[in-house]
Amino acid sequence: MPQQEHLAVYEVFVRSARGLDHKHVGSLHAESPEHALMYARDCYLRRSEGISVWVVKASDVTASQGDDVADFVEPMDDKDYRHATHYVLPESVKNM
Amino acid sequence: MIKTIVMQHIMCCPKALKICKGDDKTMSNKSNNLYRFLVAQGDDAIILSHRLSEWCSNAPYLEEDLALTNVALDYLGRARLFYQYAAELKGGDETEDSIAYTRDERQYTNLLIHELPINDFAYTLLRQYFLDVFYVEYMTGLCQSSDQRIAAIAGKSVKESRYHLKRSQPWITQLAEGTEESRRRILDALTELESFVGELFEMPEWEQQLVTDGIAFDRQLIREKWDHQVQALLSASDINILDSQLKIGGGREGIHTEFLGHLLSEMQYLQRAYPGLKW
Amino acid sequence: MRNTDEHALQAEFDRRVAAEEKIEPTDWMPDDYRKNLIRQMSQHAHSEIIGMQPEGNWITRAPSLRRKAILLAKVQDEGGHGLYLYSATETLGITRSEMIEALQTRKAKYASIFNYPTLTWADIGAVGWLVDGAAIVNQIALQRTSYGPYARAMIRICKEESFHQRQGYELMLEMAKGSPQQKQMAQDALNRFWWPSLMMFGPHDGDSAHSSKSMQWKIKRESNDTLRQRFIDQTVPQIEVLGLEMPDPEIKWNETRGHYDSGEINWDEFYKVINGNGPCNHQRIKHHVKAHQDGEWVREAVRAYRAKQARKKDERAA
Repeated sequence: MPQQEHLAVYEVFVRSARGLDHKHVGSLHAESPEHALMYARDCYLRRSEGISVWVVKASDVTASQGDDVADFVEPMDDKDYRHATHYVLPESVKNM
Repeated sequence: MIKTIVMQHIMCCPKALKICKGDDKTMSNKSNNLYRFLVAQGDDAIILSHRLSEWCSNAPYLEEDLALTNVALDYLGRARLFYQYAAELKGGDETEDSIAYTRDERQYTNLLIHELPINDFAYTLLRQYFLDVFYVEYMTGLCQSSDQRIAAIAGKSVKESRYHLKRSQPWITQLAEGTEESRRRILDALTELESFVGELFEMPEWEQQLVTDGIAFDRQLIREKWDHQVQALLSASDINILDSQLKIGGGREGIHTEFLGHLLSEMQYLQRAYPGLKW
Repeated sequence: MRNTDEHALQAEFDRRVAAEEKIEPTDWMPDDYRKNLIRQMSQHAHSEIIGMQPEGNWITRAPSLRRKAILLAKVQDEGGHGLYLYSATETLGITRSEMIEALQTRKAKYASIFNYPTLTWADIGAVGWLVDGAAIVNQIALQRTSYGPYARAMIRICKEESFHQRQGYELMLEMAKGSPQQKQMAQDALNRFWWPSLMMFGPHDGDSAHSSKSMQWKIKRESNDTLRQRFIDQTVPQIEVLGLEMPDPEIKWNETRGHYDSGEINWDEFYKVINGNGPCNHQRIKHHVKAHQDGEWVREAVRAYRAKQARKKDERAA
């Protein structure tokens, strides 16, 4: 019988330095978003690993499913004209 | 009354006189006061840190365990900074460790509220909240010290305490308004802790002298603000006002509760059993 | 899931594992893989949490302020690592409460090493040096484990643990070079923690119940005996630097194997402790249960407060 969790699960995202994206680092349990933010500092930033933190209630995250991959991701695979490498330019044109 | 007892005790105990008053014939009056001040600040911090560290692996849940330990580490760092400065001031063989590990109850000068046992979570958090409100204001004031080193320690401490307060304040509301049991526990804690709050605002003569010298900060200046802030939070949860008049004191004179001796005998055990060794 | 799909999914899973691609939480995975991971990861998480106790035993008695800060930070880190691992295990569809219940009812195990007592201050050095040392050998291998969240937690943990072993060794060094009493404490701690540290790697490869399947799934990356040998090889020279006696008289360099030979582990003791009869098994679980029960009213209060706040919000909205 799954026990009821006392606290909600929050996912934690940390920006490690200016100019970088927030990156998922793990999760924690907290009673409110405000507490989650403080616990994120105590649990995930003990060595000043970040300068900015997001917390998101795990139940609020909508995720794509791994086995949906066929419909969800693959249709994007044939659009190689979206990538710079698709275009062959003369050697003399450098760094475009 | 306490004053009289202290005096008698000191008369028949010259060692206590020496340490408690920080008297050292080789130091000027001013640096004696400064030394005494630094050790007292260090004592407050180390004793509270010790108490908080007792929560490690005992907190209500894991996140809180880590968070309480962070607070303990902050106070431990604070104690070390004050002790290190004191040790340098004194010179000779004195170190942060000789200050922390080789003095007895009567020579420790922490304010009593820091040494009370952790009891339960409500008690620990209510004490923490009281101290957080106090230290945010006190350390802010101490940042103005003409002693650059003290100002720097205070600057670091005020940041820590602001964060501690952010944590402890919502806890008081949650516990006061959570269940009947949590409210009862907060009220019980309040009844006991209330008696120890007043001492935070006491200004012994030597500390007053340091205020005049521009080194220390006058504790009495923040009492009203403290009262106001704490009352506001408690009354929002329908808890009655609290009296911050001095009821129990004596810590700065080395008169403690019985709890401190046990804390010290645990903390100092190795240094006492094997004196003079490096660990 | 339709039956025809199952085969395709299994094939895709096998291909991914073989190709060293990571399995992620929303991927299809065989039930046994999930079960095995939950067993191994939660056991790992519990080990971190229970491991806070033997070291925590000395926080209030640490003999210098520097050591006190180091120890407090280290024990806190163990708690943090437990948290990372619980968090990674939760991605497999089990809650932390369920894991804690399994620990407290002794359905889930934790590393047996933590059922030994820390009796002197030197034990704190030995635990950091040997126990963390052994754990790191194991965890470095696990950074390449096939389950993504587990591998990422391991990377984070390994990075943070680098100071854990060093502080333990430094502490041992201080004592081994200190007074005769200190040196004797250090030797005694080494003697007592040596064998249990070797046992941390589990039974011999031939006797390990979960090993072959776990290796195939790349939940485990290297065999118990390989990792144990690596630990012995790296630790013996460190003992020499300390100037302490070898805890096992049979330790000897074997030129042909290119490894140290060592004596046989007392497996009766290993199974005795695993089966709940180590010196501290009962104490460790009781401590955990007590802290959990003492905190029940706090968690209850948090829940009640949240419910009240939600009701107030609804009333305002109405």
